[in-house]
Amino acid sequence: MSNEQKHERQLSRSAAHGDEVRLEAAAELGDGTQAPPAVPAGAQSGELRPELRESQTVLQKIMTGNALVAVLAVIMSLFLGGLLIAFTDERVANSASYFFARPSDMLGAAWTAASDAYLALFQGSVFNWEGESFSRMVYPLTQTLTVATPLICAGLGVALAFRAGLFNIGAQGQIIIGATLAAWVGFSWHLPVGLHLLLVIIAGIIGGALWAGIVGLLKAKTGAHEVILTIMLNYVALNLVLYLLTTPAFQRPGSSNPISPQLDETARYPLLFGEGFRLHWGFIVAILATVLVWWLLNRSTIGFELRAVGANPTAARTAGISVTKGYVTVMVIAGALAGLAGVAQVAGTEGVLTSGVAASFGFDAITVALLGRSTPWGTFAAGLLFGAFRAGGVTMQTATGTSIDIVLVVQSLIVLFIAAPPLVRSVFRLPEPGALRGRRNRKPATAGGAA
Amino acid sequence: MSAATLTAPEAGSSTVSEVRNWKTPVMLAVLAVAALLVFAIGAPSNNVTFRLTAESDPIVLPAIVVSAPVTGWICAVVLLAAAAWSFLRVRAGRPVPGWLLAVFAVFFVAGFLTWVVGSARTPNLALYGLLAGSVTLAVPLIFGSLSGVLCERSGVINIAIEGQLLFGAFAAAIAGSLSGSAFVGLLAAVIAGVMVSAVLAVFSIKYIVNQVIVGVVLNVLVSGLTGFLFSTVMSADSATWNSPPRLAPISIPVLSDIPVIGPILFEQSIVGYLMYIAVAVIYVGLYHTKWGLRTRAVGEHPKAADTVGVKVNRTRFTNVLLAGAVAGLGGAFFTLVLVSSFGRDMTAGQGYIALAALIFGRWNPLGAFFAALLFGFATNLQSVLSFLGTPVPNQFLAMLPYVVTIFAVAGLVGKSRAPASNGIPYIKG
Repeated sequence: MSNEQKHERQLSRSAAHGDEVRLEAAAELGDGTQAPPAVPAGAQSGELRPELRESQTVLQKIMTGNALVAVLAVIMSLFLGGLLIAFTDERVANSASYFFARPSDMLGAAWTAASDAYLALFQGSVFNWEGESFSRMVYPLTQTLTVATPLICAGLGVALAFRAGLFNIGAQGQIIIGATLAAWVGFSWHLPVGLHLLLVIIAGIIGGALWAGIVGLLKAKTGAHEVILTIMLNYVALNLVLYLLTTPAFQRPGSSNPISPQLDETARYPLLFGEGFRLHWGFIVAILATVLVWWLLNRSTIGFELRAVGANPTAARTAGISVTKGYVTVMVIAGALAGLAGVAQVAGTEGVLTSGVAASFGFDAITVALLGRSTPWGTFAAGLLFGAFRAGGVTMQTATGTSIDIVLVVQSLIVLFIAAPPLVRSVFRLPEPGALRGRRNRKPATAGGAA
Repeated sequence: MSAATLTAPEAGSSTVSEVRNWKTPVMLAVLAVAALLVFAIGAPSNNVTFRLTAESDPIVLPAIVVSAPVTGWICAVVLLAAAAWSFLRVRAGRPVPGWLLAVFAVFFVAGFLTWVVGSARTPNLALYGLLAGSVTLAVPLIFGSLSGVLCERSGVINIAIEGQLLFGAFAAAIAGSLSGSAFVGLLAAVIAGVMVSAVLAVFSIKYIVNQVIVGVVLNVLVSGLTGFLFSTVMSADSATWNSPPRLAPISIPVLSDIPVIGPILFEQSIVGYLMYIAVAVIYVGLYHTKWGLRTRAVGEHPKAADTVGVKVNRTRFTNVLLAGAVAGLGGAFFTLVLVSSFGRDMTAGQGYIALAALIFGRWNPLGAFFAALLFGFATNLQSVLSFLGTPVPNQFLAMLPYVVTIFAVAGLVGKSRAPASNGIPYIKG
């Protein structure tokens, strides 16, 4: 363990405030639970953990860290979602009227309703076994990746702010402003291949960074609450783009709808697998962004300072870290990432600017970051999962008539259950290896003043 | 370690207050200069009419007619003077008084109204309608922010206001339609709000999950759940499931005939009257009863409260559930009073605005009430003005409430401080 990490741990140990600490405490709870059924509760002790943690690479952490709780949480959520689908299914309701005469009818109908919906979801998001050719079969997977791209980028922005103790609900507005600037460069400037796309990306980054930078600046200078600021700026951004789309500079010539001209071909992300698929280079950019954020958080001075500010602003200030500068920096970077999500939308998937360019990616990004426990690769994985839900949800709705809203229910249940490992453990009657230690861990974070 | 944590709040607040000292005058100056440029120099040259009563009202007051440039200049001069005076006050090391901010706000709104109505195609505004509509739009916001007050005063952050409102609206619609009685709908809304609150309480108090996370996720969950049931059950047979009876306004004789304030105070639906009662009860309860003292103690310093025998987590639990009941009433307003059917995501972010009103109102029931009224006013102003045909694009008017909030939380709120233990779970020992 490097000195930096040791220092950081001390910082977080002495933390009294800051949400991130509690998050981390909760995350550490999960760390020790790699294989709870195999390891008796008594055999694990808190002292083991540092060594364990040291030897863990980021990848291992994702694969093993909270794996069991995460998997069980997903299963529980899918089960509850399935119940909801079954209860609202007509055939189930019909067979329920003679439930006591032939219970198997209703149970069968319920099973069919739920499993059909989930099979369609899988078919629409991962692999379509009914496809005519191989490319048709894997088409759903590329759709998932396409949808996941903005989710990952924006999710990284939210996660990064979270690590610095800021709750960034403003990804929605940041995506919109990033997309607006990017789209404007994309359709009103006419530049050679390569340069044009580069400028589009930069414009998107600047747009998002500016919009989030306002929040960081106001938070740092006036102490205004970032939750309020970001929520308000979301609405301002939406109205701003609605207005811009009625002006000659942005509105498509000859159209009375609020829609921009098509972006130039030179401004678009090239498609990754040719015309048959919608997946574009934005996904590669998302992967690069994840690597960058990982490096930033874990290997750079800025990242260290951000985490210190998030863990305990007072301690960070005492240690000579400028908290105000930290807030501005983290919001600017978070906004830049959300801006990338906007670029992925206008230069990749959509190709035009509309007021609905951000869809609900900005809000989904929050759940993505929460599910990913604010780690870069966790967010990446969560983005893929939610991308799959979204892409598959569309297929599910058309194939089985199950409303896509069920996806929202399942997604939020997953986050809720993963955030409360004790609940999942008690439902599945798992031993609670973290119970004792978790208490001890949590204490400094939550009741620090008691010492 | 204890030293570090003990000094933490003081160190934080001292730096913040140093910054805050100057931000109010700066913000006032910016607004005053904007007022000078727009309301005074950019004033339209015509007269502006403000109607105080409708012609059909029992008591008819004469309309107020003012000259736009004269009013604009008066307002701008007063605003500039107020800003200058606040600079002098801060320079002398004294705080900017609250009444100055109130005067500033009144003149700013007056100047803005005169300017914007004067520039409209028809420079004639029905002030009574504007005010009454503002209160109507503010009712759910007030319930929402009161829910936030109850939660956050006891130390639990309530981001789930949006979910409580939405689920309340949904339950009121279903129960009202099935039973045919609006009162059953009202009761169902209360229960629904409590249900959302119960999840918030269990996860944030029992399982010590980050309260902001639970709140955000609950909003998504309720949105998904109601959206799903709306598209599967409700739209299939909306006559059975989604046609709740409406709660008609009840006008109190004589009193409701008073010009301007009569319709606002004495011609409301039951939910509207309940809103006034809730504000009063929660205000008195919070500051003048044993329960209120305990609630505030638990939110500020749970350890001290625990030491004198207050059950911290039980108090929080009750308060969160109570908050759900209050927000549920606000939700019922959407489906039983405002429109008589449920729509997907019909609360449209009002819960978040209520959250802003709560912070703007400094975690005080009365403050939250007035802040919510301000939002209702700004929202209603937008729809009234777009009807009048102003030169300002509609989208900018729609931004108004949000921009006002940003200015408010950044510059005018003053020493807004959350309850000290807000968001920090209490673990005994």
